[in-house]
Amino acid sequence: MISGPDNSGTWAAIIDAATFRAGHNTTLVLVGATLLGIAAGLVGVFVMLRRRSLISDAVGHATLPGIATAFIIGNAIGMDGRSMAVLLPGAAIGAATGLLAIQWIVRATRLTEDAAIGAVLSVWFGVGVVLLSVIQTMEAGNQGGLKTFIFGQTAAMSATDARLMGAVAFTSIALVALLFRRLRVVAFDEAYARSLGLRVDLIDAALMALVVIVCAVGLQAVGLLLIVALLIIPAAAARFWTDRLMPLAALSAAAGGVSAFVGSVISASFARVPAGPAIVLVAGAIFLLGMLLAPSRGLVAGIIRQLSVRTRIQADHAMLHLATVGPMPIETALPPGLSGLLARAMLQRRGLVRCDERMVALTDAGLAAARLADRRRRLWRLYLIRHADIAASHVDLTADAVEHVVDPAILARLEAEIAAEDALDPPTQWPGRDP
Amino acid sequence: MANESRSNSPGSLLFDRPEHSADSPLSVHAMTVAYQRKPVLWDVDFDAPAGSMIAIIGPNGAGKSTFIKACLGLVKRASGIVEFWGSPYRDARLRVGYVPQREAVDWDFPVTVMDVVCMGRYGRAGWLRPISRADRQTASECIDRVGLAGFESRQISQLSGGQQQRVFLARALAQEADLYFMDEPFAGVDAATERAIVRLLHDLRARGTTVICVHHDLQTVETYFDHVVLMNMRIVASGTVSAAFTPENLRRTYGGRLTLLAEASEAVARAERGT
Repeated sequence: MISGPDNSGTWAAIIDAATFRAGHNTTLVLVGATLLGIAAGLVGVFVMLRRRSLISDAVGHATLPGIATAFIIGNAIGMDGRSMAVLLPGAAIGAATGLLAIQWIVRATRLTEDAAIGAVLSVWFGVGVVLLSVIQTMEAGNQGGLKTFIFGQTAAMSATDARLMGAVAFTSIALVALLFRRLRVVAFDEAYARSLGLRVDLIDAALMALVVIVCAVGLQAVGLLLIVALLIIPAAAARFWTDRLMPLAALSAAAGGVSAFVGSVISASFARVPAGPAIVLVAGAIFLLGMLLAPSRGLVAGIIRQLSVRTRIQADHAMLHLATVGPMPIETALPPGLSGLLARAMLQRRGLVRCDERMVALTDAGLAAARLADRRRRLWRLYLIRHADIAASHVDLTADAVEHVVDPAILARLEAEIAAEDALDPPTQWPGRDP
Repeated sequence: MANESRSNSPGSLLFDRPEHSADSPLSVHAMTVAYQRKPVLWDVDFDAPAGSMIAIIGPNGAGKSTFIKACLGLVKRASGIVEFWGSPYRDARLRVGYVPQREAVDWDFPVTVMDVVCMGRYGRAGWLRPISRADRQTASECIDRVGLAGFESRQISQLSGGQQQRVFLARALAQEADLYFMDEPFAGVDAATERAIVRLLHDLRARGTTVICVHHDLQTVETYFDHVVLMNMRIVASGTVSAAFTPENLRRTYGGRLTLLAEASEAVARAERGT
């Protein structure tokens, strides 16, 4: 126990822990956990980009039987079964057997990888849970420590564990930095990477080794049920905010670090709150924030974008309708609904239409705007017909000026074509606002 | 001259070495590729003439992409020898560039045009040394050569299909290779991109570079390329376009696929009228 039971769960305890005043041991554990979170965030970016998220989940679960076996063997030969020196190799062996089993199932049978992953994940975890209960019956004094491995308990960690965690986190961060360029090209274009002479199998193995290391070392802090979340969630959250790899890696590392720190502070301050769920909940909150609020990839931004396009199209249609037909009832010009209401508000704000209780009519400015909208509409239509090969990727219905999107030479030709059309078949005079 | 596939002649031995493999940018001998038990490519012999533009044509499933991948060691060869200027691929890697099919990668990947083209310099720069200013300069020249100047810091998902294809070409150019393998560079691109690629091919030919393209459009074989390989699990015929791109060879390559065959004869007829 790090924090005394007397102040557990109070604000004082939380502030003490967060400002590194809850004692030397707690401080070490917090720093270790934060470093681990940073490492997990960084490794997680490449796990996500290489599409290995699901398989790393299996790897995380497959460490349990290895850990339990290592614990039994370690105790039998007189070592401390809970020390990292015993558990780390056990975790690695467990993960490796799981990974090999998945690969073998995919190669030897007609099952797809997701089925193999699902099967191996649960069987290996099941074996681990059985071994844990065996440990519980045979060792009365020592089993408490192992149980925390499933959910994680920052408070149960020793200073030695924390130091090892920090060291391993540093090593994996360095390894990612060293492999950065290779990981990028392999994740983006595997065949091309191999044509450059890269050993893709070795790089994948290195990535999986990093996953195993993060999982094994993070067990005590986060617990193996949720350690994988620390690999996946920060990377997925960071993806909402950027389209560049370097900022993505930095943001993901930061998200991992913040989640681990805040979660550990909570776990250290409340005697009964396990660290894993606290850390994952913090990470989940960060993810949710990005999913909703990120500027271009976020849901809110997407809804606003879609609504503004629809509003724009509705307003254009209404103006053209009013220009050709003249004043009409509001619900005819602007069908009810959110985008209709928004379009009406926009047209009124810009002084393009005048409304009384029931009827709506164009103003002079509105008539001019309608002519512009009509020209834009005809240009786009002609452009799509004449330049179907390049057009699709250039059409932007919300673009105010076609000039900004379409090549000027092409635009001039289209204008000439429209003028010729009008000369042959003059457009009917628009009644506009006067009936 | 149209070479009949070597294994067609009864006297050929499986392991007699081709004579001028050291001059040829690519010489393939007795290469067989099999997935499971079914062969995909069977006993292929091929020597690429240096400095030529070579089209590989054939029906779907004929093993065209597999041929390229097997040459580069991306799929396992069941047997056979592949040499680049008389050396194995390992020793010639810097002189060989590869343009995969555009669909092979995730275009939402968080990299910019410049990042992707710089990958073409990795082979020369090594894996640890930072990309130098000279490397970036080369990369930006290549971006310019494919007509994408000004797009350097664009994220690749914001590009049209044709622009994405040109990014792949720029990456290959940045390798400054002497032999290029391109897997359907013309597939699904707009007219502007097609013209840009053709310009690039002619530019490469002028520099003495050899290009081997998997190609689908029989109509343009004659105008874009000077050599052609007709493939259908084995090489049916290969040689200069004028010698090997004949109705008879096309019939043997495309077999009973009537619509394709009709297209092919039409293309040949047009070519003959044109010359």
